[in-house]
Amino acid sequence: MKCVNWGLLRLSELVTLSINGNKYTAEKGQYILQVARAHGIKIPSLCNLDAVEPYGACRLCIVEITRENRKRIVTSCLFPVEEGLIVETDSPRVIGNRKMLLDLLLARCSENKVIRQLADEYGIEKSSFEKEYWTKENCIVCGLCARVCEQVVGVSAISLVNRGITKGPASPYLESAKACIGCGSCFYACPTGAIKMEDKEGYRYIYNWRIKYKLQKCTICGIEWAPEKQLEYIRKKWNLPKGFFDVCPNCR
Amino acid sequence: MPGKLKSPKELEALHKKLAKGLETDKARVSVCNGTACRPYGSNPVVEAFKAAIDKKGLADKVEFKVTGCHGFCERGPIAIVEPGNIFYQKIKPEDVPEILDKTVLNKQVISRLLFKEPITKAEITAQADLPFYKNQRRIILGNNVRIDPTNIEDYISIGGYSALAKALFDYQPTQIIDIVKQSGLRGRGGGGFTTGVKWESCRNAHGDIKYVIVNADEGDPGAYANEGLLTGNPHSVLEGLIIGAFAIGSHQGYIYVRNEYPLALKNITNAMEQARKLGLLGKNILGSGFDFDVRVNRGGGAFICGESTALMASLEGKVGEPRAKYTHTVEKGLWDRPSDLNNVETWANIPLIINNGADWFKKIGTPTNTGTKIFSLTGKVNNTGLVEVPMGIQLRDIIFNIGGGIREGKKFKAVQTGGPSGGCLPESMLDMPVDFDALTKVGSMMGSGGMIVMDENNCMVDIAKYYLSFLEEESCGKCVPCREGIKRMRQILNDITSGAGKESDLPLLEEVGHCLRDSALCQLGGSAPNPVLTTMQYFREEYIEHIKLKKCRAGVCKDLITFSITEEKCPDCGMCVKACPAEAITAVGKRKPVVLDQAKCIKCRTCYEVCKLGAVKIE
Repeated sequence: MKCVNWGLLRLSELVTLSINGNKYTAEKGQYILQVARAHGIKIPSLCNLDAVEPYGACRLCIVEITRENRKRIVTSCLFPVEEGLIVETDSPRVIGNRKMLLDLLLARCSENKVIRQLADEYGIEKSSFEKEYWTKENCIVCGLCARVCEQVVGVSAISLVNRGITKGPASPYLESAKACIGCGSCFYACPTGAIKMEDKEGYRYIYNWRIKYKLQKCTICGIEWAPEKQLEYIRKKWNLPKGFFDVCPNCR
Repeated sequence: MPGKLKSPKELEALHKKLAKGLETDKARVSVCNGTACRPYGSNPVVEAFKAAIDKKGLADKVEFKVTGCHGFCERGPIAIVEPGNIFYQKIKPEDVPEILDKTVLNKQVISRLLFKEPITKAEITAQADLPFYKNQRRIILGNNVRIDPTNIEDYISIGGYSALAKALFDYQPTQIIDIVKQSGLRGRGGGGFTTGVKWESCRNAHGDIKYVIVNADEGDPGAYANEGLLTGNPHSVLEGLIIGAFAIGSHQGYIYVRNEYPLALKNITNAMEQARKLGLLGKNILGSGFDFDVRVNRGGGAFICGESTALMASLEGKVGEPRAKYTHTVEKGLWDRPSDLNNVETWANIPLIINNGADWFKKIGTPTNTGTKIFSLTGKVNNTGLVEVPMGIQLRDIIFNIGGGIREGKKFKAVQTGGPSGGCLPESMLDMPVDFDALTKVGSMMGSGGMIVMDENNCMVDIAKYYLSFLEEESCGKCVPCREGIKRMRQILNDITSGAGKESDLPLLEEVGHCLRDSALCQLGGSAPNPVLTTMQYFREEYIEHIKLKKCRAGVCKDLITFSITEEKCPDCGMCVKACPAEAITAVGKRKPVVLDQAKCIKCRTCYEVCKLGAVKIE
């Protein structure tokens, strides 16, 4: 689906579509969400990150499209644009569904700040569901931690386990994630702050995956700048000489 | 077994030879050994037949056949004796010598083993005259009674694989697609998409390597139509698949069978081996130059893997999670290659269409819903089993003519079609034609052919809750509306059935339901609210009774009912006293009514079920 832009030779087709009544040109194969964001049109989403393949889990980016005179709700992060497509990002049907999705997320993550803020934006004071059933989760199971770990870092130290309501990210057998290099990509990718990472007293802790890795000290300034395991992983991957990471980027 | 068949002529010669073997004066006994008859004891019956034939030295006088499912599961174990088409039901091993002596040797009918019309008590001798079979149109399932599914020669003897020969030598692939398109065959897995069009898209999709897949991951509670077909006539599915592969231009197929179907797995694997030996599968099929082979994959027990994209993910060895189908699987499916996936029943229709022509097929059913459909008729009907009916038949015909009406003369309440994500339809809709479009229009769906009948003792709120609990377990958990929405709806229904329901629950249920329909990632989520939305639409008064009056009219929801003994009716027979697992009922003296201790009662209904005098009252 990726388009090739090879100097002046453009190997992709261009299509014209309309978003909220305005006409835009985009490359065939781009997703609606990409095109909308490139033009500053706001569509909320939690599980989408440019670095990884779209997944379609949070459903917040739903939009209403019209094709052959039929209206339909689709996920904008996954729907490829096409010629003549009509997109509405905030139609009453979209807003209604999005509100319900936030309502559901709020019942799950009743004390999460990110979800709370999104709910505020859509005027939801409190979840419509019985308070006694609310939970205080932070994870919305968007899978970004596991997807980043697989597609960007390339170690697949964690994955989503179980199914249905019990689904969630976990280290293998819920033990310390052996393949984890402690890079913290999962922590940075998590949209709702569900991953707890901390650097203290010379060690990096990622509590979710039960890891504790020693941090490398810069031989010049003495700052503890990255986990030894991560640096060793990068050194080996790029075939760098021993001692390459003894000095931190600032002192290099 | 003969060696590899190298041309259609050799196949025809083999067919002629085997068909001739059928024209004997020998009596024929075919015993159903399908999955439903086995727990009723068909295995001992089969063994008894074998032993008795051996002992009496009847091997040259009677041909004994162990077959797949005959369909009338309610009456198993069953056997058909030819000539005469005599249908015996509920056979026990000790009946076997008598059947051989009287019926097979002396053409006498044993009336004790015949089916008796429940109301008129009239005995019916021939299978074809039974109301259960008479009102069906068994073009696909009909052959189950004629063949031993473990023997390819049986299938060839009735003309098996002749459609394949025809397809390979008489038609171009595109002509086959045209025939299938003209036949109007629609996908039997539930979606109802036109099969020929799907094949055409897959054929035209860009790519050298293409796959064809049989979806045999039938997971709907109560549905076993695909199982009956795959165990009873595996070659028909295989033949359809090879024809499809030829038409699409695929050389590799997959059969995804759920692991809970061990017999289906065994029979299809065996069928593949036999077909390979005869040169009907593998390289250069029947000397045509066309290569095609199949692999069987076992499912891991996830309902969601019946969804096409999840099934393909599972085939690839990944977690069985669906993905968005904005790019169709016929373009990018298994390993991102064009893939055509069809249900077991769809594939089994193909040889029939090729052999008899599109026009013949179109004459069955209605103009937009051609052919037949197999349903697993279960629940509170008299005749449960696998039924095959022409599309467009009325629900009433299936339930009352074929199904023989509601058990114990109770009142019909609802029929649920389409598995856990289908809808519950009330009596007023019984005259509706059964086809893809009509069912979808009223909020239900065809699904893979589950049909569960409910009577006045079923609580519709409880039913909706049951299906949601099933789907809550089986949701893959990938997308928010399905994972969270089903759970919340189930919690609301829990509240309603336990007496804590509020009036505001109903609009909330509808809101969540509509959100699921619109925004869930796959059809499991999209159709999950169907049981709730349809029961709320057609049986709303039951919901309101639960919420406002805290009453369950069917006497199912434990928190809303109490059991009591009607003293005038109780003769102190002691049946309930013995049966009560909680020791809540005590006898207080001879001929005095028993006493039920409400504090101990666990509301299990056992006393109600055992009391023949109706002295146990549910309020």
